[in-house]
Amino acid sequence: MPFIPHTEDDIADMLAAIGVDSIDALFDEIPSGLLVGALSAIPPGLAEMDVARLMQARARQDGQPLCFIGAGAYDHHIPAAVWQIATRGEYYSAYTPYQAEASQGTLQLLYEFQSMMTALTGLEASNASLYDGASALAEAVLMAVRANRRVKSHRVLVPRALHPAYRRVLRAICEPQGITILEAPFDPRGGHTPLEALEAAAGADELAAVVITQPNFFGVLEEVDGLTQWAKSRGALAIGVVNPVALALLKPPGQWGASGADIACGEAQPLGIPLASGGPYAGFLCCKMELVRQMPGRIVGRTLDLDGKPGFTLTLQAREQHIRRGKATSNICTNQGLLVTAATIHLAILGAEGLERVAEACHGNTTRLVECLTEIPGVEPLFDGPIFHEQGLRLPAPTADVLRSLADQGILGGFDLGSEYPELDPAILVCATELRTEEEIDSYAAELACLIATRR
Amino acid sequence: MSEVPADLRYTRSHEWVKDNGDGTVTVGITDHAQEALGDIVFVETPEVGRQVGAEEACAVVESVKAASDIYAPIAGEVVDANQVLADTPDAINQGPYGDGWIFALRPKDPGDMDHLLDATAYQAIVDEES
Repeated sequence: MPFIPHTEDDIADMLAAIGVDSIDALFDEIPSGLLVGALSAIPPGLAEMDVARLMQARARQDGQPLCFIGAGAYDHHIPAAVWQIATRGEYYSAYTPYQAEASQGTLQLLYEFQSMMTALTGLEASNASLYDGASALAEAVLMAVRANRRVKSHRVLVPRALHPAYRRVLRAICEPQGITILEAPFDPRGGHTPLEALEAAAGADELAAVVITQPNFFGVLEEVDGLTQWAKSRGALAIGVVNPVALALLKPPGQWGASGADIACGEAQPLGIPLASGGPYAGFLCCKMELVRQMPGRIVGRTLDLDGKPGFTLTLQAREQHIRRGKATSNICTNQGLLVTAATIHLAILGAEGLERVAEACHGNTTRLVECLTEIPGVEPLFDGPIFHEQGLRLPAPTADVLRSLADQGILGGFDLGSEYPELDPAILVCATELRTEEEIDSYAAELACLIATRR
Repeated sequence: MSEVPADLRYTRSHEWVKDNGDGTVTVGITDHAQEALGDIVFVETPEVGRQVGAEEACAVVESVKAASDIYAPIAGEVVDANQVLADTPDAINQGPYGDGWIFALRPKDPGDMDHLLDATAYQAIVDEES
């Protein structure tokens, strides 16, 4: 039975009650020029066999390219067991069933996810996930502005070396709420965000929060201790935007500076979530305990039931939409159930040691890739700062042409940095995860050398 | 039956106000309000020094059921906030008119007190609600 609550008769009754002829008439106030009208481009339905044939043909067009692009989403190995388990009937749902009496397994899994994220970030509390890394950052900023009662400011400082898409999402969500986003430039030589750049961009006025990325969009490691200390000295909350795989090797945000970052967030895609043309992904958000009541989204807690047995349930819901309505801390009233399930299983299979080995392999492969590529005349590292698993490279030829030619050879050669940072053109951002073999790296270097030689 | 002390003033949004006689007033929530909210688990008090307008939301009382705004009954400056509530928010459940006070104000215009409800008028509102 389809879940359509209103029958034709119900609809006719309701329209009659309000004196309107048709549902379309309810939209009369929309100017006709703005209406899309009939969706004529949608073809008639196809049989299942025809759809399968069409989709297989489309999938073949993708081919199986070698991916050397990172830039926020990463081609990692996902053990077969991850989705084998995640797609079991007990777990396989985009929606999280929250009834404690019926969902102990799901709730425990979310609790485990939260525990893993607090362990990785070195913070005390985690929510059960948000839509993606960028929206998690926007929520972190909203949370910081609400929580920072020491200063009245609604100004938030972000590095220009923060992912460009994150900066756009941040502006789209936060600026209409009266928050001013200031951007601090990166060091043209190191690729990091120097303290002086923060100071200059911040000016003398108060700041509610400072966003610190580790690594930054260019893969460069920031001097997080100094940046965190500076944020605190300005009375601002420190928000870390972190790669969860990198955290296996790097100091967790909870230990940055003398007292740690206040909030940490990021993209959970590297933890068992396939690239899938850009989503759906999952965001994570962790914070110090003192901020937990400002944290949006679902939070699962462990408690004791009436018989004194341990159990799991949603907690700290008093500020959510279904109770606080317009005064809720956020309009996020859900989580990314299925993807978090995969991320939790992925982390459980890898374990702390496995994740560390993945991180080391990524760093090693990217270092090797950069060594091979920079042997090509005219290809040089864009920045000399230390990196995690991405590196900007200056090219001696127009990047769009080079990347297109590489793609023709089945190689996704990198992200075109000039598209977001015109001053860096011609340059690309490359990444080699644990999946890339020596042969693949050599083959990329050979193709690129050939392309550049023919262009000289 | 919830308690409505005769010597206090009240608001329709269930705050009580006590004239301290030194140019300041103390504000809390009524016995009726704490009963309706249930076990209080967290209280967010206003910053001392903050200027608040009448009926401006300036504190939050969170129970296991809901987080509710507490409004400044009259305009003024916040001169004190009950720090005890940070660790023992249930002081409001135990003694809404005593240890469970929330903040103190220096009214802009002391005459504003006269516009608040007296115990009889507030009792009538409580009776209506229950």
